[in-house]
Amino acid sequence: MRHGRRLALDQVTFQARPGQVSAVVGGDGAGRSTLLRCLGGALAPSSGTVRRPEQRDIGYLPASSGTYPDLTVAENLAFRAAAYRLPAAVAAERSGAFLARAGLTAARDRLAGRLSGGMRQKLGVVAAMLTSPALLVLDEPTTGVDPVSRADLWSLIARAAADGAAVVVATSYLDEAERAAHVLVLDAGTQLAVGTPDQIVAAMPGGLRISDTVPPDADRPRAWRRAGRWRIWDPGGTADGERAQPDLQDAVTVGILGRELAAAGVGER
Amino acid sequence: MASRTGMAGAGDRVMGGVLAECVAVSRRFGGFTAVDGVDLTIGPGEVVGLLGANGAGKTTLIRMLLGLLPASAGQVRLFGGPPSRQARRRLGYMPQGLGLYDDLTPAENLAFTAAVFGAGRPAAAGAEAPPPEVAPPAAVRYGRELVGDLPLGVQRRVAFAAALQHHPDLLILDEPTSGVDPLARARLWETIAAAAEAGAGVLVTTHYLDEAEECGRLVIMADGRVVAEGSAAEITGGRRVCVVEADSWAAALDALEAAGLPAALAGRTLRVPGASLAEVRRALGSLPARVSEAAATLEERFFELTLPAGR
Repeated sequence: MRHGRRLALDQVTFQARPGQVSAVVGGDGAGRSTLLRCLGGALAPSSGTVRRPEQRDIGYLPASSGTYPDLTVAENLAFRAAAYRLPAAVAAERSGAFLARAGLTAARDRLAGRLSGGMRQKLGVVAAMLTSPALLVLDEPTTGVDPVSRADLWSLIARAAADGAAVVVATSYLDEAERAAHVLVLDAGTQLAVGTPDQIVAAMPGGLRISDTVPPDADRPRAWRRAGRWRIWDPGGTADGERAQPDLQDAVTVGILGRELAAAGVGER
Repeated sequence: MASRTGMAGAGDRVMGGVLAECVAVSRRFGGFTAVDGVDLTIGPGEVVGLLGANGAGKTTLIRMLLGLLPASAGQVRLFGGPPSRQARRRLGYMPQGLGLYDDLTPAENLAFTAAVFGAGRPAAAGAEAPPPEVAPPAAVRYGRELVGDLPLGVQRRVAFAAALQHHPDLLILDEPTSGVDPLARARLWETIAAAAEAGAGVLVTTHYLDEAEECGRLVIMADGRVVAEGSAAEITGGRRVCVVEADSWAAALDALEAAGLPAALAGRTLRVPGASLAEVRRALGSLPARVSEAAATLEERFFELTLPAGR
């Protein structure tokens, strides 16, 4: 996928399965939004294939809000239901159930533009899943959202998957990605890792050491701070010291670090 | 490591090792109490994490510490006195919105904030080069570009440098790491830790509960009050949750929800806080599933502490 001359996504392969939550993680500029826009139908790839359900069977929440600020919460959902010709009784039943799950029942008559960021994101997800889409694509619904609203959002996401949807969620929180059945890690538009969280951790190259003191200069570029201690990545995995059992956050950090070190090594920039 | 010490004589430059202090501080807006009798201290070298949902009172508390909002009751003291303009010069603040000028370059932003905060101290653009942690490679690499045109991650590093460059005694950081990749987050925490090791006190809010372990002490707020204080391990205590591994997690979720037990999906397992093994087994009925117990995460403990019963 290209934006002008810049390659935003380079040969990424990704599958979303029914009844399963897939997470797409990566930092700013990693290509998450570009991938989700391809899946959501807002962008066509420059090369390669995207196979997905027809548009009316996709619920897509873009990173920029997917709600109408001048309509109330209830009106936003009624409008969506009407656009998809959802029978009134079904729309009312599903709206009520999802709003209750999202903790938004008391906010039914508030304008969407007056909601807090977390409430607006919850409304966006409720609207996207209202029509029981086969594919639900959510672009960073939880970024900047407080932990309580994040839990509500994940309750909605679990409900959509339990009801059979293939759910794709972009997130910058690795503890959320750890809860997904399938994870794609993007960095600078390329695929850094893919698989279950356990597979990604198992595929991490080299080993990790833990140190309580600032690592020596030779180790410093491969070291980072976590939970008040230092983690040191040994690409060969052979150095002596206290070993750390890596988790998804470590594996993703190592992936990004490896890229950075390789780029610095060839004198890029 | 700073320890919590009692109040020393008021008017000391730094009271008994306390940089900032709230004593029974409340703030009301009309009939609404945003902050309700909060006690909080931040000492030199301490990293204090302030956690809470939106509306818990974190931002109101920070605004009182910054001297932008008077307390309705109680005492706010900054460096031993009321939060004054003079006291604010010893403070570095990174707001949620970053607080940068979009139409200035990174270097111009740094020079401007240096001039505002650091009367008599060398500005970033001055003859004396700023220390390396203050001039992020980004500020050099993107020298001629306007901040508004830069990637968010780069803007965040510039805002962080702006808050740090006058070597403040107290750093107040409101969600410094939102939306940043894990390596960049680790690098920001290294800088925060280095500032604390050099003696600064740090108050930081975050929505990433896994970052709470970077803080020496956590303060959890709900409905304007402090509901827990201590290290992550102290707050989590020995709490347990039930873990359900079912052949069909979706069917197990339906059964648990029908029994009024909210469950969180984790991979293909479900975590059920606040319920006994027997309750969970009863809710699952004849569904094929293994039920076990595991240590609660800080996040699960956080919900228990902050959510009103019945949600």
